[in-house]
Amino acid sequence: MGPAEDLFFTVYKLPIYSPWLLVSYSSTTTFYVSKSYLIMDVEYDVIVLGTGLKECILSGLLSVDGLKVLHMDRNDYYGGESSSLNLVQLWKRFRGDNKPPEQLGSSKEYNVDMIPKFMMANGALVRVLIHTDVTKYLNFKAVDGSFVYNKSKIYKVPATDVEALKSPLMGLFEKRRARKFFIYVQDYEDNDPKSHEGLDLTKVKARDIISKYGLDDNTVDFIGHALALHIDDSYLDEPALDFIKRMKLYAESLARFEGGSPYIYPLYGLGELPQAFARLSAVYGGTYMLNKPECKVEFDANGKAFGVTSEGETAKCKKVVCDPSYLPDKVKKVGKVARAICIMSHPIPETSESHSVQVILPQKQLGRKSDMYLFCCSYTHNVAPKGKYIAFVSTEAETDQPEAELKPGIELLGPVDEIFYEIYDRYEPINNHDEDHCFISEASFLSFLYYYVSYDGTTHFESTVQDVLAMYSKITGKVLDLSVDLSAASAAAEE
Amino acid sequence: MATTGNNNLNAKLVLLGDMGAGKSSLVLRFVKGQFLEFQESTIGAAFFSQTLAVNDATVKFEIWDTAGQERYHSLAPMYYRGAAAAIIVYDITSTESFTRAKKWVQELQKQGNPSMVMAFAGNKADLEEKRKVTAEEARLYAEENGLFFMETSAKNATNVNDVFYEIARRLPRAQPSQNPAGMVLVDRPADRSQAAKCCS
Ligand SMILES: Cc1cc2nc3c(=O)[nH]c(=O)nc-3n(C[C@H](O)[C@H](O)[C@H](O)COP(=O)(O)OP(=O)(O)OC[C@H]3O[C@@H](n4cnc5c(N)ncnc54)[C@H](O)[C@@H]3O)c2cc1C
Ligand SMILES: Nc1nc2c(ncn2[C@@H]2O[C@H](COP(=O)(O)OP(=O)(O)OP(=O)(O)O)[C@@H](O)[C@H]2O)c(=O)[nH]1
Ligand SMILES: [Mg+2]
Repeated sequence: MGPAEDLFFTVYKLPIYSPWLLVSYSSTTTFYVSKSYLIMDVEYDVIVLGTGLKECILSGLLSVDGLKVLHMDRNDYYGGESSSLNLVQLWKRFRGDNKPPEQLGSSKEYNVDMIPKFMMANGALVRVLIHTDVTKYLNFKAVDGSFVYNKSKIYKVPATDVEALKSPLMGLFEKRRARKFFIYVQDYEDNDPKSHEGLDLTKVKARDIISKYGLDDNTVDFIGHALALHIDDSYLDEPALDFIKRMKLYAESLARFEGGSPYIYPLYGLGELPQAFARLSAVYGGTYMLNKPECKVEFDANGKAFGVTSEGETAKCKKVVCDPSYLPDKVKKVGKVARAICIMSHPIPETSESHSVQVILPQKQLGRKSDMYLFCCSYTHNVAPKGKYIAFVSTEAETDQPEAELKPGIELLGPVDEIFYEIYDRYEPINNHDEDHCFISEASFLSFLYYYVSYDGTTHFESTVQDVLAMYSKITGKVLDLSVDLSAASAAAEE
Repeated sequence: MATTGNNNLNAKLVLLGDMGAGKSSLVLRFVKGQFLEFQESTIGAAFFSQTLAVNDATVKFEIWDTAGQERYHSLAPMYYRGAAAAIIVYDITSTESFTRAKKWVQELQKQGNPSMVMAFAGNKADLEEKRKVTAEEARLYAEENGLFFMETSAKNATNVNDVFYEIARRLPRAQPSQNPAGMVLVDRPADRSQAAKCCS
């Protein structure tokens, strides 16, 4: 018998409790097929392992494309490392057998993200959400504040010319220079050469445009790290276009919902996103199986993946998509993250009582090689019971002592009810997907704060979303058209 | 959870039940007034909305049909999250589907919100000659578990709208919503004043 897709089958639906499917072949022969045979032994286009955000976005996009997708996870819950934990799960992870104290309230009301991130309101992830229509499964709320740490104090991040003039971050003359620079950025349009002021931003370095406006190092520090969201200073020697566009993205996102920040965040936490994409995939015929132990990828003599085995049954496939934990031999460690998770009963001090907020502590302000981030969210986003706040302090670890290393960030939080420290590794794939047909998502951590699709349709940043889009293109040989009109996209308030 | 604004309620409603029990057919009958003899197993569309006027108020149902994730017990918590109402469907010609429906009721009692309005629907009531589950048995079970029970036929339109009306009637009017609801991102021009109000 040739490959299954050469034959014409009709499958008649029998009730789910029947272990058989009735199949007719070329409208002459009918026979019964064991369902378990069909599920595990039909060849899938793609088997996806792990239900982290990247895996779920891909699974959704591929199913919408009509590919046959089987999606498995060894856990009995969605999200893997990007799930949101309740209090009992949090205690189990960090405190073993101890029970959470009663004054913290009901466990069910906690949804603590393991990879907390705010989303840029105008960013690529929002485009993917709108493009795939999964927005209907999700509720978002704007984030109250965006702050930056400067000379031992916390300041609101100024994002427009008007805010620059008001910001205590800068002295009188510096304010005026910054204002001019902000106006240049706001007016800059790719297709309007007049707005370029004679500069070709694909050639001019970021450093040069900054010196053209005479900005001092202090200003460059907050603009580069808190507005353009660069994690180190290497951007200064890159062409200025990315830098300018990141600033524009920040300002446009800020304007979008007229909140106090450019960020939005889902109610109940980021763990909702993988679930929404998993539903999308299922709606388009993707098959979902959680709680599948082992999930061993099988390779043929040439090292090409041909299936996945779980509980003694092998499901066949053309390609495998997975997170690094399913193929530990095909990834390498590229760094480690230090972080603290805190439960508090007050907002972060000096942030104008923001119930959700991000504070960036640029590397230079701390004498470090990498920035530190404070992230705080609360009951207003349904991630904690009334009156409770969840704060994260995180950074690329430079030592093995997270407590000492994170101290400058922790000190800004004030008293905390509980604190958990953690260090964990980051991985990158080292395989060649042309040979092994495996597509491994980059790291277990996700970042999708500030990506945009440029006006000419190319993406600029290495990012979660870009990683996903690149994987999508490698798997399907197509480019995903994300040209939703974001300027027209908006929010429907639910009354 | 149902959210109120003046006399308008938004209520998320989820459907549960065996493959082939007629969940999608019930929704199709309610939303579009149609019935398909060979309704495909649900693929491609599993989200509908429909507004009903009951007495003093209008109720906008956001209807979540299942999409196959329930088949291998992989339904995501988001499916139940915030649901104000559920319809658990079985096929009166199949005892197995009735057994399964009872399992779904248990699951909902565990996962769902305690004030959820639950309807128990014995579908395909037009197939009287093939009946395997008596109405009495189902009614008894429903009463014991605080569900309201109706036998329906998506084919003949019997009791279909009635189930939805009854749910709308029973929805608590002033839900103590934990929080003002968030915003749903949509691809259409901004209504600035509204957007600003929702997320301030
Ligand atoms: C430890 C760490 C924490 C960060 N936290 C924040 C934050 O809270 N808010 C913010 O605006 N920016 C944060 N960033 C910076 C921002 O995410 C990076 O600038 C961004 O990852 C770079 O984008 P990218 O898409 O090019 O890289 P990516 O390839 O997506 O990420 C770069 C690397 O940083 C890691 N990373 C990114 N974000 C986090 C995070 N929140 N927790 C753990 N690891 C992360 C990723 O695993 C990845 O390996 C963090 C960066 C690091 C290294
Ligand atoms: N006679 C009769 N047939 C019905 C009725 N409701 C649904 N059916 C038929 O039953 C079959 C299954 O109905 P669906 O609506 O697809 O069932 P479902 O519960 O949505 O199934 P899944 O999407 O596979 O979970 C279809 O062939 C329908 O035409 C009914 O009230 N009477
Ligand atoms: Mg259906």
